[in-house]
Amino acid sequence: MAEPKISFRNVSKRFGAGDDAFTAIQNLTLDIEDGEIVTVVGPSGCGKSTAMNMVAGLISQSSGEVLVDGKPVSGPGPDRGVIFQQYALFPWMTVRENVEFGLKLQKLDKAERRERALHYLGLVGLADFADFYPKTLSGGMKQRCAIARAYAVNPTVLLMDEPFGALDALTRVKLQNQLLDTWSKDKRTVMFITHDVDEAVYIAHRVIVLAANPGRLQEIIDVDLPFPRDDEIRLSPEFAAIRNRVWRAVYHHDAQAA
Amino acid sequence: MSVIDDIDIERPKTRRWSPGNLGWGVLSFAGGIGLWWLATLAGLSELPSPAAVLRRAVELALDGQLWGDMYASLRRVLIGFALGSVLAVPVGFLMGWYRIARAVIDPWIQFFRVIPPLAIIPLAIVTMGIDETPKIFVIFLAAFLSAVVSTYQGVVSVDRTYINAARVLGANDGTIFARVVIPASTPFILVGFRIGLGSAWATVVAAELIAAQSGLGFRMQQAQLYYDLPTIFVSLVAIGVLGLIMDRIVVRIEERLTHWQERV
Repeated sequence: MAEPKISFRNVSKRFGAGDDAFTAIQNLTLDIEDGEIVTVVGPSGCGKSTAMNMVAGLISQSSGEVLVDGKPVSGPGPDRGVIFQQYALFPWMTVRENVEFGLKLQKLDKAERRERALHYLGLVGLADFADFYPKTLSGGMKQRCAIARAYAVNPTVLLMDEPFGALDALTRVKLQNQLLDTWSKDKRTVMFITHDVDEAVYIAHRVIVLAANPGRLQEIIDVDLPFPRDDEIRLSPEFAAIRNRVWRAVYHHDAQAA
Repeated sequence: MSVIDDIDIERPKTRRWSPGNLGWGVLSFAGGIGLWWLATLAGLSELPSPAAVLRRAVELALDGQLWGDMYASLRRVLIGFALGSVLAVPVGFLMGWYRIARAVIDPWIQFFRVIPPLAIIPLAIVTMGIDETPKIFVIFLAAFLSAVVSTYQGVVSVDRTYINAARVLGANDGTIFARVVIPASTPFILVGFRIGLGSAWATVVAAELIAAQSGLGFRMQQAQLYYDLPTIFVSLVAIGVLGLIMDRIVVRIEERLTHWQERV
């Protein structure tokens, strides 16, 4: 296979200094292939958000290398789209203006911006809400708008930090299916952080399980289930078996610590 | 829930007359004035009656003195307030955005904030003379200090997630400042303007009581010398009404500019 899309090479991250120093990640080495969906699970303090923020370029590692397309990450950029748990829609902009924000930064002219924005809003089913302000949207709609905003700038990597964590179970399942649907149309690399073991297995090619204190790689579990995924797969014994493996890797390992 | 619905449905729909919020406000004022009238009629107080105050107001309005005083006071407030806020916004942004600017400017702001602007008046009169300058300066100071603190608070409290969201979409510092920090802190800035306008208005009246040849405060001071209670009342009411109108205008502007906010 070609070179990995995202690589962690012996990456460590320490916060603070002296006695207060805290090791968020220790010696993480991990490759994520182009077009792969990888989910990252682990207890609080396992450094999963930290790892993602390093790929996003929002924080830098203390040692080791973080590479995207073989090049060291030196800061945030529109080639890596980020979807935050708190949606992070700009409340002073309408849904459309939010989606157009990144396009404006790429100096696209008005007509093209508008067209692209409406295209991606249509993809997430929000075309009718283009001129609404975020305050009028439900949580699921806000997150869909955030997804459209991230997609619109055409990133090759999508970094999702517990994007569906704040949503109810039904909406979550819908958005998981929608994410897979969108992914099947143009296969971008997805690094998806979640607390939800079912979600981690359902959408992923591989589940990365991290352990906490210090954050480190615990286990990588391959999800040998076919795409497209649907309820049939979600309810299959094969799914259950993988879910049980992930569950044990996440919780059993730290049963005493919790 | 269904029980409540049932009760709702069963309730006979006799619409009783009920004034809105504005209606209640008007009623409340009318009641207060009524009580005042009764008190003066009964001879319980040496205060002038509402009728005497109204008569004086009409007199002062007709000979133009009331308008002249209002104009003089308003002019000072608006010039001082405008200068103060125009300076407060960039200084507040500077303090919020650059740690060093904050460290350098903040002690001065905190120091001047604990001095009541009125305490500056003697100094201002001695150094700036007795014309408009010292009054406008003191009002400027009052408005500036109120607005600068809330602008700075607004910038400091901009949610990091918004800034990160803009950065990952490719925004540089300039864009983040113009398109994220400024709109996100607008609600704070407008609150600062509102407080600033309030303190500017409070300061102008006091400044005129101490040193002025015109304005509503000056008129009260004169009236006090002649034991002219109705004129004092007219000035007080004029101050209250103008203050209320200015505050409503700022609130309207605030609603316009921050309609996107989620209000609880």
